Amino acid sequence: MQSLTNRAKPVDRRPMSFVEKLYLPAIARGMGITMKHLFKRKATIPFPEKRREFSPVFRGLHVLNRDEEGRERCTACGLCAVACPAEAITMEAAERKPGEENLYREEKYAARYEINMLRCIFCGFCEEACPKDAVYMSETFPPSAYQRTTFIYGKEDLLIPNPKTGK
Amino acid sequence: MTLLSIDWFFILEKIALIAAVLMLSLVVAMYSTWGERKVAAWIQDRFGPNRAGFMGLFQPLADGGKLFFKEEIIPTNSNKFLFILGPSIAMVVACMTSAVIPWGDTLTIAGREVSLQVADVNIGILFIFAVVGMGVYGIMIGGWASNNKYSLLASVRAASQIISYELPMGLALIALLMWTGTLSLKEIVEQQRHGMWNVWYQPLGFLIFLICAFAECNRAPFDLPEAENELNGGYHLEYSSMKLGFFLFAEYINMFISSALMATMYFGGYAFPGMDSLGVSPNLLTILGFFALFIKVLLFIFFFMWVRWTLPRFRYDQLMRLGWRVLIPLALFNMLATGATVLYLHR
Repeated sequence: MQSLTNRAKPVDRRPMSFVEKLYLPAIARGMGITMKHLFKRKATIPFPEKRREFSPVFRGLHVLNRDEEGRERCTACGLCAVACPAEAITMEAAERKPGEENLYREEKYAARYEINMLRCIFCGFCEEACPKDAVYMSETFPPSAYQRTTFIYGKEDLLIPNPKTGK
Repeated sequence: MTLLSIDWFFILEKIALIAAVLMLSLVVAMYSTWGERKVAAWIQDRFGPNRAGFMGLFQPLADGGKLFFKEEIIPTNSNKFLFILGPSIAMVVACMTSAVIPWGDTLTIAGREVSLQVADVNIGILFIFAVVGMGVYGIMIGGWASNNKYSLLASVRAASQIISYELPMGLALIALLMWTGTLSLKEIVEQQRHGMWNVWYQPLGFLIFLICAFAECNRAPFDLPEAENELNGGYHLEYSSMKLGFFLFAEYINMFISSALMATMYFGGYAFPGMDSLGVSPNLLTILGFFALFIKVLLFIFFFMWVRWTLPRFRYDQLMRLGWRVLIPLALFNMLATGATVLYLHR
């Protein structure tokens, strides 16, 4: 049979020789291997003190972005919800009233914007689909919680603080 | 009147020594649990306990506290007396062997010669066999008293394992006895102090003894009495809180004691190379000797752990085959060869 990779090794089915039957050389070799691991770099990190750096392409928790003046970028176009393969995003659009120009960037905005983190698969399609640069995936992961309902993130959980007022 | 007069200092000295040895075994056993977790972690590229205190050094205290405060359950249909007796026997037996191990040479305190050995009985090795053989009662009673078929099966297995490995262990020691010509552990050490360590004369015997010590301590790869895969956890399945702790603790004490035994019988005990040419005071030399023994013991304990995290567990029939069909003939051969050598040398 042709092997798929060049790493295939034929199985040695010869009866064991006397030295092999002693097992002691094999045991000694195994002990050598474990001894080497004693001095290897640890694969784990002491978590709360040290945190592992994320890779640059890490897709973490979503944030809803604001523009320089602190206005919400999202126009509730729904493209993220359409792009979402897990159907985790729901939203309701509303129209901007006069006097709310400092709150919302365009005439339409998301009155309700929810991401169900239990459904989300962090594929990043929402980020790619967004034409307004409103939804981004940050470098944090969702904190643990005791109730399923707390995993449905609303706007108050997702919106980043206003760069002007800081809230 | 001389029969009735009691040497109170002697009694006090022995009591102090017993207390010290017991404390030492308990502390070493306690920190062996910590060491085991650390060694396991290092071998598996982890850190191991590092939360409680520096390097997790308070971890054994936390574990002990947890075991003490856990709910204690005695199964309704168990034999309560035996159920409590089981872990107690395991613990007592584990501690008893330490009595005949020479922890050091003699100290001279206020003109009195104080031997750092609780009892220098001239049948030390026989005593060890008698006591180690009793260790199986703890496991057997524990498994029986639980009134649980699975614990019983596990304890039967444990019993037959310990008995099977006692035989080659004894045979390996008989070869050592033939070589040294004494049953007293102190004398065995003294012989090695002036000559070579016994491991050079009895390498095969040492190997057999080492393997049997692993089996007697129920350490991996012979930890079949703890049969969590096939018998839900082994002979201590029904035990909880500190009674379970006693069983586990006894294992670590056993490990400590058998390490000390191996160091004493095959690796020169408290003797270390060049100790008589150091030219320090005898008391200091005794203390140094104690530390030499302690280092050897710690190395053996590390070896126990190292093996545990390297080798997978035996299958039960493999275990039995190794004991009866490999180790016993080997030990017999070793005995024969030693006997022939001794005969040849003394002719």
